[in-house]
Amino acid sequence: MTIEFEAPKPILQQQVMLKTVAENMMRSVSREFDENEHSIPWDYVEFMHTAMKATGSGGGLTVTEEKPREGAEKRPPIGYQKLATQIEMLSWGDVGMYLITPGGGLGAAAVAAAGSPEQKAKFLERFNSDKPTYAAMCMTEAGAGSDTSAIRTRAVLDEAAKEWVINGEKIFVTGGDKSFTEYEKLGKGFIVVWASIDPAAGRAGMRAFVIESGTPGVKINKLEHKMGIRVSDTAAISLVDVRVPFENVLGSPTVEKTNTGFKGAMATFDATRPLVAASGIGVARAALEFLKEKLEENGVKIRYGLPRQKLSNIEREVIDMEIMVKSAWLMVLKAVWMADNKKPNALESSMSKVKAGDVTTKVTQKAVEILGPLGYSRELLVEKWFRDAKITDIYEGTGQINRLVVARQILGYGGSELR
Amino acid sequence: MYSFEPNEEQQMLMDAVGKYAANDLRPAAHEAEEVHEFPKKLVNKGWELGLLQASIPESYGGFGDRSAVTGALAVEEMAFGDLAGALSVMTPSLFATPVLMAGSEEQKQEYLPRVIGGEWAPYTAALMEMSFDFDALALKTTAKVEGGKYILNGEKIFVPFAKDAEAMIVYADLNGVTQGFIVVKGSAGLSVSEEREKLMGLNALPMYRVKLENVSASRLGGASGHDFELVLASMRIASAAAAVGVAKSSFEYAKNYAKERDAFGVKIAQKQAIAFMLAEMRTEIEAMRLLTWEAAWKLDNQKEDFCTDAYFAFTGAADMAMMVTDRGVQIYGGHGYIRENPVELLMRNGRGFPMLLGLAIV
Repeated sequence: MTIEFEAPKPILQQQVMLKTVAENMMRSVSREFDENEHSIPWDYVEFMHTAMKATGSGGGLTVTEEKPREGAEKRPPIGYQKLATQIEMLSWGDVGMYLITPGGGLGAAAVAAAGSPEQKAKFLERFNSDKPTYAAMCMTEAGAGSDTSAIRTRAVLDEAAKEWVINGEKIFVTGGDKSFTEYEKLGKGFIVVWASIDPAAGRAGMRAFVIESGTPGVKINKLEHKMGIRVSDTAAISLVDVRVPFENVLGSPTVEKTNTGFKGAMATFDATRPLVAASGIGVARAALEFLKEKLEENGVKIRYGLPRQKLSNIEREVIDMEIMVKSAWLMVLKAVWMADNKKPNALESSMSKVKAGDVTTKVTQKAVEILGPLGYSRELLVEKWFRDAKITDIYEGTGQINRLVVARQILGYGGSELR
Repeated sequence: MYSFEPNEEQQMLMDAVGKYAANDLRPAAHEAEEVHEFPKKLVNKGWELGLLQASIPESYGGFGDRSAVTGALAVEEMAFGDLAGALSVMTPSLFATPVLMAGSEEQKQEYLPRVIGGEWAPYTAALMEMSFDFDALALKTTAKVEGGKYILNGEKIFVPFAKDAEAMIVYADLNGVTQGFIVVKGSAGLSVSEEREKLMGLNALPMYRVKLENVSASRLGGASGHDFELVLASMRIASAAAAVGVAKSSFEYAKNYAKERDAFGVKIAQKQAIAFMLAEMRTEIEAMRLLTWEAAWKLDNQKEDFCTDAYFAFTGAADMAMMVTDRGVQIYGGHGYIRENPVELLMRNGRGFPMLLGLAIV
C-alpha cells in the first residue's frame, strides 16, 4: 500500500462525460423542475437509462468493476470510488435529478444485500429492460425515523394462503411514486417495505418485503412538498391488508435469537453513507465554484497564500469554504477506497457523512450570504443549492445519529453505554 | 490510484517515531515546559531515529530520499509526543532540508555531511519577523548584492537554537522575492540575543532573536537562487502535520479522561454532550490529516497546485488544532486549566500554529 492521490484513469474519463451531462441535461433544466414540483424530467430519465444500458450498468448507479483485459495486470478495485465520483458530479449538476436517476436504488440494494439467489434473479433482472425502472425503500414512519426499532408496520403470515399480510404507514419514500405507480414510460418497479414479523423481538423481528408495483392495498397518499430536491418524489404510502407472496420476504421468515438479519441490512448503510456525503459535496462544490466565478466577474480575486491578517473577509470565507469542501471530499474518497479494498469502514463512513453534512450546509449558506441579493434571488441557482443542500445533513442518518455512531466507535461503546 | 495507507517503510518509521514520542517525549513534556529545557539526552535519542538522515541521499552522507509524505507522517507522530521536543529534535532539518531542496551542488556537499554526519548539532533557520501580519512572501529583512556578495540587514525572531548555531539559513527579501541565505557562525554583523524569546507555549524550545547588520552571506542555490515557494510549501505541510499530531494528543487525553471520569452515575463519555465533542474532534483531525497528506503528495509529485494545497492544509490544520485542543481542556473541566494536566500545554501550543512558520519543514 501507499499514500497516493492520483485519480485513476477510468474515473477521469468518466468525469469528463458526466460533466457534459450535468451541464447540458441537468443545469439547463434545474430551475424549471424546481419550480414545477413533481413533474418528471423525462429527457434526463430516458437519456440516463439508455446511456447506462449502453455502458453495461443497466442497474442504475451501482458499483461496477471493469473486467480485466486478458493478460493485463489485475488492478485494485475502484468500483465504489467510481460510484462516489459519479454521484458527486451528477449532484454538482442537480442533486434532485441525480436522485431520480433510473435504477434500483436503495430498494434493489436491499435485495442485493439480503436476498437469496432466486430473489436476486427475480427482482433485479428488470433494471436491464428497455424502459427505465425504479425501486424504493420504505423504512421511515411518522413515529420511527433514525430509531428504526420503533417501526409499527406489521407483517403476518397467512399460513393457508402462503402469503404475508402487511399493514402500516410509511413516509419519506424516495422514488416511491416512480417505483410503485404505473407510468407508460417506465418499467414495472417495486418497493421494499420494512415491517415487523414479531414486535416482541424488537429489531430481530424486522424484515424487508418486496412489494410489486400495482399490488392491491398499497396507496400513495401524497407526494411531499419539500424545501429542496423537489424533482425527487418523496411519497407517503399506506398499506392496508396488502398480500405478498411468501417468497417475497428478504432473509429468514422466522425470528432467531440473533438479530443478524437486520444488522446485515443496516451494514449497507456503511456503504451508502459516503455516497450520500459525495452527493452533498457535489452541491457544495457547485455553490463554491459559482461564488468564485461571480466574485471574479466583479473584480474580487482570492489571494491564496497570504496570512489571514492581510486577507479581506470575503477571501477568508472563500478559503475556509475551499478547505471544507476539499477535506470533506478526501474523507469520502478514503471511506469508499476502504470499501473497495474490503476494509471495515464504519467509522470513516460515518465521519465522512458528519463532515459532509456540516460542510454542505455551511458552504451553501455562506454562498447565499456572500452573494447577497444574487444569492437570494430565484433567478440564479445558489438559493436552490442552499435548499437542496440541507437534506444532506438529514437523510441516511442525521448529523446527530452519525455523531453517535462515530462516538461509539471511538469510545468502544455499544448502544447501551452511549444512548 | 487513490490510496490511503502508508507503505511498509513509512509504517516502520511511524512505529519507531510513535514509540519515541509516546515513551520519551510525552512523559517529559510537562517538566520540560516548566524548566524551559528539553533534556539533551532525549533530543539525542530522537536524533538517532534518523529522520533527517533518511531523507538525504547517500552521496551527501545520508541513507535515503526526501519525501514530503513520509516527512509529514513522521512529524505528526513526533508532535504527538510533544511539540517543543519534536521541534528541538528536528531543528537541524530547518537548515539541511532547504539546502537539499534548493542548494547548489557545492552547498550540498559542504553542509549536508556536516549536519547529519554526527550527533545532533545546532543548525537552524530564521524566517519570522515581529509584525502582526508577518508574511513570508513579503519580508522586511533585506538582501542586496554588493561587489558580488549578498549583504543582509534586518531582525529575525523565534530562531531555535540560534545561540550556538553553527550555521543558519536566513530568509530575506531580494528585489521583492524571498530567498534563503546561508549565514555562518561568527559572521561580522550577526548578533544573537542573550535572552530567550518568551512565548505563551513552546518554552522548552530555546528560541532567540537574531539581528543582521550588513552580514555577508551566500545565497541558497548560488547566483541563480531558488524557488522559495517549494520551501514555503514544505514548511506549511510540516506545520499542518505537527498541528494534526498535537490535536491527536489532546484528543487522546480527553477521550481517555472522559471514559474514566464519573458524573451523575455514569462516565462523562456516556453523555452525548461530551461524546459528540469527541466525535467532532476525531472527524476534524481526520479531515486535516488527509488534506495534509494530499498537499504533501502533490509537493512530492510537483503537481501544479501544490502551493495552494499546502496553504489550505496549513490554514485548515491550524484552525482545527485550536478547536480540538480547546475542547481537550473543556472536557477536563477545571482540571484542564491546571498545568499538571497535559491538555493545558497542548492548548497553549495549539494556539501557535497560524503564526508560527518555519519552525518545521518536511
